[in-house]
Amino acid sequence: MNTHQLSIYRGPCAILRELNLHIPQKQWTSIVGPNGAGKSSLLQAMVGLLHYTGSISLGGTDLKTLSNKDRAKTLGWLEQNANTHQEFEDCLNVYDTVMLGRLPHQTWLHLPTPKDHLKVEQALKQTHSWELRGRLLHQLSGGERQRVLMARLLAVDAHVLLMDEPLANLDPPHQADWLKQQKNLLVQGKTLVTVLHEIHFALRADHIIMLNHGGMHFQGSSQDPQTHQALIDLFDGRIRLEKAGNDWVALPN
Amino acid sequence: MTPKHFLPKLIILLAISLALLMLGSFLGSAGISWNLSDASPTILFDIRLPRSLGAYLAGALLGLAGGIAQSLFRNPLADPYLLGSASGALLGVGIMLCFAQIGSPLLETVGINGGAFIGALLGVLAALLLAGGYRNSLRLLLSGVVISVILGAANSLFTFIRPDLYQSIQSFMLGNTTLLTWSAVQLMAITLTICLIITLLISPALDALALGENTALTLGLPLAQLRLTLIGILALATGCAVAQTGLIAFVGLAAPHLVRKLSAGRQRSQLLFSSFAGGILLLGSDLLARTLFAPIEIPVGIVTAVLGGIYLLTLLKRSQMGAHS
Repeated sequence: MNTHQLSIYRGPCAILRELNLHIPQKQWTSIVGPNGAGKSSLLQAMVGLLHYTGSISLGGTDLKTLSNKDRAKTLGWLEQNANTHQEFEDCLNVYDTVMLGRLPHQTWLHLPTPKDHLKVEQALKQTHSWELRGRLLHQLSGGERQRVLMARLLAVDAHVLLMDEPLANLDPPHQADWLKQQKNLLVQGKTLVTVLHEIHFALRADHIIMLNHGGMHFQGSSQDPQTHQALIDLFDGRIRLEKAGNDWVALPN
Repeated sequence: MTPKHFLPKLIILLAISLALLMLGSFLGSAGISWNLSDASPTILFDIRLPRSLGAYLAGALLGLAGGIAQSLFRNPLADPYLLGSASGALLGVGIMLCFAQIGSPLLETVGINGGAFIGALLGVLAALLLAGGYRNSLRLLLSGVVISVILGAANSLFTFIRPDLYQSIQSFMLGNTTLLTWSAVQLMAITLTICLIITLLISPALDALALGENTALTLGLPLAQLRLTLIGILALATGCAVAQTGLIAFVGLAAPHLVRKLSAGRQRSQLLFSSFAGGILLLGSDLLARTLFAPIEIPVGIVTAVLGGIYLLTLLKRSQMGAHS
């Protein structure tokens, strides 16, 4: 996935300007940056929620040429801290929520096929939320809900998964599960793009894009020492990176 | 996890509806008579049956409209009269009554029912225009409130100028099921069928709004068209019911809440059940209104308000206790 001279607008003002990004296919790319750098906006522009100029292309096709339905089948998006309107009691159970991920594949009558049920079951099992399937969404804890919403994303069966803070509210064992899941998804040939505040998780990705001040700060491989230096610069030297075993961890200075 | 309890629930609601319709046909201010030969066939077929059917259909239209309003705006307090249709209908009736004495043939063909219907549609249209479109729910709700206030003021002016019309307008505001005819029943049945079919076809996309508008958009759903269609159905169903029975209170607000637990959040069942619940609530209230103090009838709108209010209160109390346990 590539962007060319991409500027993203929220209302009249440009949040990100003239981005030329390269997101390698079938790999995991992490987007990092301080608060308000425009990380979420970048993902939202990719799924067509924000107005932009320039182009975003996926394997040679411009995303603007895709129909809404095709775009929905190709790109899945996980919203940050998804608000599920708890005050409104019209609440779906977990299974039906995950089934919503199948909407782009259904005909206009929206009757689920056996394949839809199979995909939903797989998605629930992959996120260890199969036991939750009969519960109501608004009765779940934050971490449980995050897993269910992740299952909803998986149920779409898109090639490109865009995840905005997918680790929010997850406890450490489920964070570890999530990492394992990412590896499985990569084996299946998915392209992953995550916005992460947890630098040590971001460094597990193959590729890192850093955003700051409405533009690109740096992009490169996560194992490259240059990337590490850029990361320290990005946070004004307020963090340091240390190697622990095979992995890098970020610590506050 | 398929809606396996859907059919039994549907059958129960249908059975209640049929039982109430039967009751409505045999129950009259002349006393209860279970013997068909006793009640004159004229009373049965020309007065009681169209009245019962009409009350049920009007309730079903209001229930459907209320369900759509609550699901579309994701607001449990939304009701069908919210978008200016009620005050529009009221003003339409006021204008018709005011100019009735002129005796223009145009006004006569439109009639009071037609005036209410056109007024309701124009009220919603005005709210849409004031909101500058249908994309922003909050702005639409606010402009509905503004339109209601302005049209209400215009209507007050009418009653101020013509105090003799006050009684007729008041009776329209309370709602009235006594004058329902077979042609009204026919009209409402056709409208309800059309509205229900379209709603049931497009409602699954409403489910996705539970995930938030943005996620629904990324699922490739044409939300803008969906919203416009549903607002159209809302205006049509409300206008049609209001034109025949007046501004019956509370049915549209209460009916969706009565069936919320039955539908498990699936909008297709929720809206269908809301429609049944609206019919049951209004017909039940009508039965009470005409038997409670028989032979004096009390306006049905008062009964719906009291019944629906009591039920909503118990529901609220129960869900509060559920939250604490």
